[in-house]
Amino acid sequence: MNKAFKILVFILITFVIIAGIILPIPNIPALGDKARVLYFHVPMSWISVLAFFMSMWYSIRYLKTKSIDYDIKSFSSAQLGFLFCILATATGSLWAKFNWGSFWNWDPRQTSIFVLLMIYGAYFALRSAIDTPEQKAKLSSVYSIIAAVTVPFFVFIMPRIVESLHPDPIINTQGKINMDRNMLIVFLTSLAGFTLLFLWVLNIKVRQEKLFIKKQGV
Amino acid sequence: MTAEILRAAFLIFKKDLRSELRTRYVINSLLMFVLVTISIIKFSLGDEKTGDEILTGLLWIVVFFTSSNGLARTFVKEEEKETSVALKLSTMPAAVIFGKLFFNLLLTFILNCFILILFILITDYRVINISGFLITFFLGNLGLVSASTIIAAIISKANSKGTLYPVLTFPVLLPLLMTVINATKLASLGVDTEKLGGEIQILISYTVVVTISALFLFRFVWED
Repeated sequence: MNKAFKILVFILITFVIIAGIILPIPNIPALGDKARVLYFHVPMSWISVLAFFMSMWYSIRYLKTKSIDYDIKSFSSAQLGFLFCILATATGSLWAKFNWGSFWNWDPRQTSIFVLLMIYGAYFALRSAIDTPEQKAKLSSVYSIIAAVTVPFFVFIMPRIVESLHPDPIINTQGKINMDRNMLIVFLTSLAGFTLLFLWVLNIKVRQEKLFIKKQGV
Repeated sequence: MTAEILRAAFLIFKKDLRSELRTRYVINSLLMFVLVTISIIKFSLGDEKTGDEILTGLLWIVVFFTSSNGLARTFVKEEEKETSVALKLSTMPAAVIFGKLFFNLLLTFILNCFILILFILITDYRVINISGFLITFFLGNLGLVSASTIIAAIISKANSKGTLYPVLTFPVLLPLLMTVINATKLASLGVDTEKLGGEIQILISYTVVVTISALFLFRFVWED
């Protein structure tokens, strides 16, 4: 990772933090200034899902090639995804406290993120229960694919069980983004900034894991 | 090729059935487990008047934990008795997973019929739309077995098998469980079978998707 990249990530995220708090936003009914959580909450959720599917993708690559590098990538993105998943849950839950009146009320979105947390948890529990590295890589890859295959079902199931209060389906009912221009700029910058940050940390994490394995091998 | 796999799968199914009938270890302990859990439900409810909404949920709790005790055994047994090597040598992976699927299906089906009958006898659970209930209940069992079998195979290679199994199955089974609980609840309250079409579609597609991915992935779990 070269220096320009790091500086770019720094500038993007600094801009998001300052602009996200200072820039005025248009009045959205029932949300008001609380809508600012979107600059941080949505990127976190996006990354936790992205990391989950990246982990699945590297699992498939691992099973195809049996190269331990892919397992390291799969495991590392799962670890980071878990971190971002916790952040998304925390920011969402804080927002829910002030908008819905309680930290947790099993809204469909909350249930979905809860399931994602459970899958990550089960994945790490499985990894810690296996001794040999090859078995660990193989079995956790299989599990991560099986889990990823079942996740899309929630898209169909959730609307049948309960109605959501989550703002996204309420704000843009037509399914297209009609955000204020300033908000959109900050939001997209935030999305890009945090995604780049994620890729950067993932890179560091993968290098660290490789060194760790090298050290154990000696 | 396909006929050959199915024949081998049937032989594995027969082998499992015979070894089970000789010892009756799994089925006996599971029947007792069901009896104990349903009794606990009965005694904890006492004389409380409970609606079908709650009882359907309780029914599926019993089903989930019984299956998580029983279905994990299929592959763990092979590892413990060290027969898995012989099985690996004598047949192909697809036959093994099919054979185990059939056996688990039979086991789950017997157990769940027992659970259902006992549950209706002991609690005051009443189902209005019986055919709709049985269809969704059966499809729920199919999905349960399809996901459980591949996870049982994963578990058999890990260390803390007993505790890990429900942890791993729960997030994978959750879409299925939510749908089937909702569907059986609606059926027990008397909703028409036609109105359960969406749920039935989800249950079938879940079973198909998970079975096919299990079939593809089993090779990696099974072969060393």
